[in-house]
Amino acid sequence: MLHGYGASLAQGALLTLSVAAASLGIALVLGLLGAMAKLSRVAPLRRLAQAYTTVIRAVPDLVLMLLVFYGGQMGVNALSEQLGYGYIDIDPYVAGVATIGFVFGAYVTEVLRGAFLAVPAGQREAALAFGFSRIQVLWRIVGPQALRHALPGLSNTWLVMIKATAIVSVIGLSDLMSRAAQAAGATREPFLFYLAVGIVYLGFTSLSELGFAWLQRRLAAGSRRVSL
Amino acid sequence: MNLEAVIGYLPKYVSGSWVTLQLLVLALVVGLAAALPLAMLRSLPSAWVWRPVWAFTYVIRGTPLLVQLFLLYYGLAQFDWVRAGPWWPWLRSAWFCAVAAFAINTCAYTTEILHGAMRAVPAGEIEAARAFGMSRWMVLRRIVLPSAFRRSLPAYSNEVVLMLHGTALASVVTLHDLTGVAREFNSTYYLPFEAFITAAVFYLLITVVLVALFHAAERRWLHPLQPHAHP
Amino acid sequence: MQRRSLFLITLVTALASAAAPALAQSPDWKKVRIGVEGAYPPFSEVGPDGKLKGFDIDIALALCAQIKAECTLVQQEWDGMIPALNSKKFDAIIASMAITDERKKVVNFTDKYMNTPARMVGRVDAKLDASPAGLKGKRIGVQRATIHDRFLTEVYKDSEIVRYAKQEEVYLDLAAGRIDVAMGDSVAMDGGFLKKPMGKGHGFFGPAYNDPKYFGYGAGIAVRKSDTDLQARFNAAIPAIRANGVYKKIQDKYFDFDVYTETK
Repeated sequence: MLHGYGASLAQGALLTLSVAAASLGIALVLGLLGAMAKLSRVAPLRRLAQAYTTVIRAVPDLVLMLLVFYGGQMGVNALSEQLGYGYIDIDPYVAGVATIGFVFGAYVTEVLRGAFLAVPAGQREAALAFGFSRIQVLWRIVGPQALRHALPGLSNTWLVMIKATAIVSVIGLSDLMSRAAQAAGATREPFLFYLAVGIVYLGFTSLSELGFAWLQRRLAAGSRRVSL
Repeated sequence: MNLEAVIGYLPKYVSGSWVTLQLLVLALVVGLAAALPLAMLRSLPSAWVWRPVWAFTYVIRGTPLLVQLFLLYYGLAQFDWVRAGPWWPWLRSAWFCAVAAFAINTCAYTTEILHGAMRAVPAGEIEAARAFGMSRWMVLRRIVLPSAFRRSLPAYSNEVVLMLHGTALASVVTLHDLTGVAREFNSTYYLPFEAFITAAVFYLLITVVLVALFHAAERRWLHPLQPHAHP
Repeated sequence: MQRRSLFLITLVTALASAAAPALAQSPDWKKVRIGVEGAYPPFSEVGPDGKLKGFDIDIALALCAQIKAECTLVQQEWDGMIPALNSKKFDAIIASMAITDERKKVVNFTDKYMNTPARMVGRVDAKLDASPAGLKGKRIGVQRATIHDRFLTEVYKDSEIVRYAKQEEVYLDLAAGRIDVAMGDSVAMDGGFLKKPMGKGHGFFGPAYNDPKYFGYGAGIAVRKSDTDLQARFNAAIPAIRANGVYKKIQDKYFDFDVYTETK
């Protein structure tokens, strides 16, 4: 049905998932750090975080990825020559994951910042008044409540991220998109293969949405919703 | 850094930015115009009404923009009956395919953003309005929509920026947008740093302006919801 | 603050060491990485099994056997080929890349291993005139960053030049009627388009182009300017495989004419 390209597409799909998952880890860590920096009282930290989110969100992933892949390699080459190491390869996988993780860390920063702000200030004040340490306030009071507010934004970000992995095909990573392009070019049937790719991505996002809906239900206990 | 080559190519970067902006504005305007009625339909209680809208946003948000663009541009052109049909003069043009793909994409995301914001309007406000005897339409117009628009601002600003990035894909279907110009520069002079950093600077400028506009909008319309003192 | 920076340092080190397991450069060229395109049939393409195949691929493997090196093929998008070579992503480019003076400014080339002319393709019933005046206002499709791209940009100023990342995308749009003409390597377009079902109704028109100013001196292997010894090894290997019949065997697999010197 897929003219024999099925196995190749499946391998590409696995690679796509792997890139997305690895990038998510990096993005969450960077996002948490960024959000805390943006909300902190230390002005230079706030400015650094602001610069991070502004610059990264300003440049298309495609352009950043090309920069990291070619330019980053040049930078690493220069550095490693200085330090006397041999050639350190930034392979497309590392370049792709680093870029996407770094880029989406900026988006997660904004989502988490909004989520923290959505928790009523009184909660934090009361907790501090009770003698909780700042870390305890984050972990036990503000954090769990913020998580509920963060979920829609985080799920959106994850969904955007998994689709953004399509661009790693540009730097030569043999992911789902790039294998479909090869098949389409060789068989002259782009519609069939891009439709197949669309269905696979839809599968990924469907499973993700189910997961998030479950999480949302668990965390939303206690809030009401009235329809029109 | 080979600044000479960059300066020589600047006029092309400027015209590329212009193409990018045109694509962005067209896509956003069409997408937003379509998203408003769709979001309202999406928020109605009847499943016959909201399910089709949900299905639309589900499929569009569930697949990469690149795939949607390729399906529209290369995929449809593969079929003889499409090429002989009445839509062909439109579908033939890369410009139309790109704007259509971008508009459909942003429409789906904006619909969900507006819908989510409409649902986030505090239940108490709606109940109070209904208790006062306001009709459903009036509740929508005077309570829900104004509140929803304000709440959507941060998420919509994200969406606008993401759509700006999306326009970079136009270069993949032969259009001379900002990214397309950068790739041409790279392949002519073999200077990837200069090529892409220049493009990045242009995108940065456009984004800074967009973000500033949204910040101003947030300050004006989201003031009640902002924290008033540093934590 | 301290905990945060410690964490960051750990993260960066972890990332760096993940990137470290790499191919160290072997100055004796026992291991060579070759950059190929994989989207330029019949010279290089990817089969349903995901494996690279084509004339360029076979030549690359044959040359590696000749210089007694273990070769890895690295697939790369065409318009990033030379930057990738200079970034040391691979050590040589074997991708039907024409030897031109422009490119010689940034890389070195071996002697040619192939030389095929460029031609234009269009619908037979359009009776097109290949001169710049005859194609005024027409849309000409070409692959970005090729010698054909540069030729068209400089000579066909009144035509609309439409650039694609892959040659295969040019074929798709030519068949769909989005472009009136395609320009490229005659052999590639013959095997990759005209002889396939989607090429029906299309044919060559106009002359064969081989002015060295634009089209170079044949296709060669590109290497970094600093790697003169690798260049020398390949330069010795090319006549060697021509002499011992390996070249002819590979050529016969794909073509029924000689691609080394002029064709047609």
